[in-house]
Amino acid sequence: MKVLVAVKRVIDYNIKVRVKSDQSGVDLANVKMAMNPFCEIAVEEAVRLKEKGVADEVIVVSIGPKVAQEQIRTAMALGADRGILVETDEPLESLAIAKLLTKVVEVEQPGLVILGKQSIDADNNQTGQMLGALAGMSQGTFASEINVSENSVEVTREIDGGLQTLSLNLPAIITTDLRLNEPRYASLPNIMKAKRKPLDVKTPADFGVNVISGLKTLLVESPQERSAGVLVGSVSELVEKLKNEAKVI
Amino acid sequence: MSILVIAEHDNGSLKDETLNTVTAAVQIGGNVDLLIAGENCNAVAEQAAKISGVNRVLVADHAVYAHQLAENISLLVSELAVDYSHVLAPATTNGKNFMPRVAATLDVSQISEITAVVSADTFKRPIYAGNAIATVQSTDKVKVITVRATGFDAAVCDGSATIESLDKATDAGLSSFVKEELAQSDRPGLTSAKVIISGGRGMGNSSNFSLLEQVADKLGAAVGASRAAVDAGYAPNDMQVGQTGKIVAPDLYIAVGISGAIQHLAGMKDSKVIVAINKDEEAPIFQVADFGLVDDLFDAVPELANSL
Repeated sequence: MKVLVAVKRVIDYNIKVRVKSDQSGVDLANVKMAMNPFCEIAVEEAVRLKEKGVADEVIVVSIGPKVAQEQIRTAMALGADRGILVETDEPLESLAIAKLLTKVVEVEQPGLVILGKQSIDADNNQTGQMLGALAGMSQGTFASEINVSENSVEVTREIDGGLQTLSLNLPAIITTDLRLNEPRYASLPNIMKAKRKPLDVKTPADFGVNVISGLKTLLVESPQERSAGVLVGSVSELVEKLKNEAKVI
Repeated sequence: MSILVIAEHDNGSLKDETLNTVTAAVQIGGNVDLLIAGENCNAVAEQAAKISGVNRVLVADHAVYAHQLAENISLLVSELAVDYSHVLAPATTNGKNFMPRVAATLDVSQISEITAVVSADTFKRPIYAGNAIATVQSTDKVKVITVRATGFDAAVCDGSATIESLDKATDAGLSSFVKEELAQSDRPGLTSAKVIISGGRGMGNSSNFSLLEQVADKLGAAVGASRAAVDAGYAPNDMQVGQTGKIVAPDLYIAVGISGAIQHLAGMKDSKVIVAINKDEEAPIFQVADFGLVDDLFDAVPELANSL
């Protein structure tokens, strides 16, 4: 079975984001970029499936600028076999990404597609589900455990209030939650090996996909800052303030 | 304009997030219908009919909707959506699961987790873990939107909508339910609690969370945890408050032994009053706390429980 993993290049999760002074967006100039953390978990899960003999090939795809090749190489250093970059300098919305991924799915015919549940930049949490609808596939979102059998996959999902387990017909879409696994670090020999793994470059036009979006971002602002309050000296002072000043208990 | 709101429920009762979502719909303006898709969910329909601002409650009662399978629910919602200008659902794990399938089926974008309605086609939503707020405008014919419950007040329940049953059973035949393990608790849920007390890595181990439970019992509070505490195995993930867990905004949030990582702040900084108890006076949590107490939590929390 082939496993397709989609990865996104995003701002490194350790970086504090700054809104541009003209409020047109977030300042990404000279900022460290990395693979989206949830996508790393997706790559790790695919590689583990290959190590268990469930998957025979792991293909990693990214949609983004030319430099997103770095994240594809990272995924290949973690164990993916080959890469596909759908190159575009336009920032695309989830729907356009899902349409492009649908075309990649048509070509590659994977048994499983694994994606991060959301990217830490747009926080949309949409692409996997949209791909599921467009490709007519079942979905197991927010996965914390997956067990693949011959024609189906059992997925345990993190839902509000607990866990839910579903059985999905293959091919299926999985989106990863944090507890699915702990991604490994790439070793230096594997980083070197990844440089020689095949990486195909395509464009949205190659797939005949219209990437125009119905959404327009008008403005990006900093959130309202909370200011620090007061330090209290004792528990009794705290209780007194909560009762009489804040009136919340 | 006409708006379809998808209700969140467990076939037995309506979930509070539905009420906040109805408020968002009312702010957009127009006729608001509520869809309840489930199995044996009459009690939910009765409850929903009382929500002020709702015109009709549409009930799709069938086994294929019993477990809210995204493949089946999204077929139903996208079929109904053609008669509406907006489709709204709460941004719960359930809403997040099926709504993008609805949007893709309708060939429109989804606007995720709005926290404010600017106009009928323009909304505010947090991005970058709440470190920036985007204002987005949609030109799509149907606006598919998930609503962050903490951004809107709950609708009041003194209305009387009509209940209509739909004869639908859209089964995609792609997935099936196996089992569910839900945390059993007499305490309020994190996203609906008025008071929350959360523990961080400073709790030291899982049994120390019972200290927080003693305070929670006195205040009728929910108990939460930071991601660090969850990662350390002190608390289950469904207790996690933060960007990767639940987004909460109670009247009172008490952070105990929590340093205040950005990812945690993103989940609770809209709380009305924040209290921090931490022995490290440099902890960033004090920068957002209305009341800070620099003290050992193992002294302060039992004392707090006794003084309530």
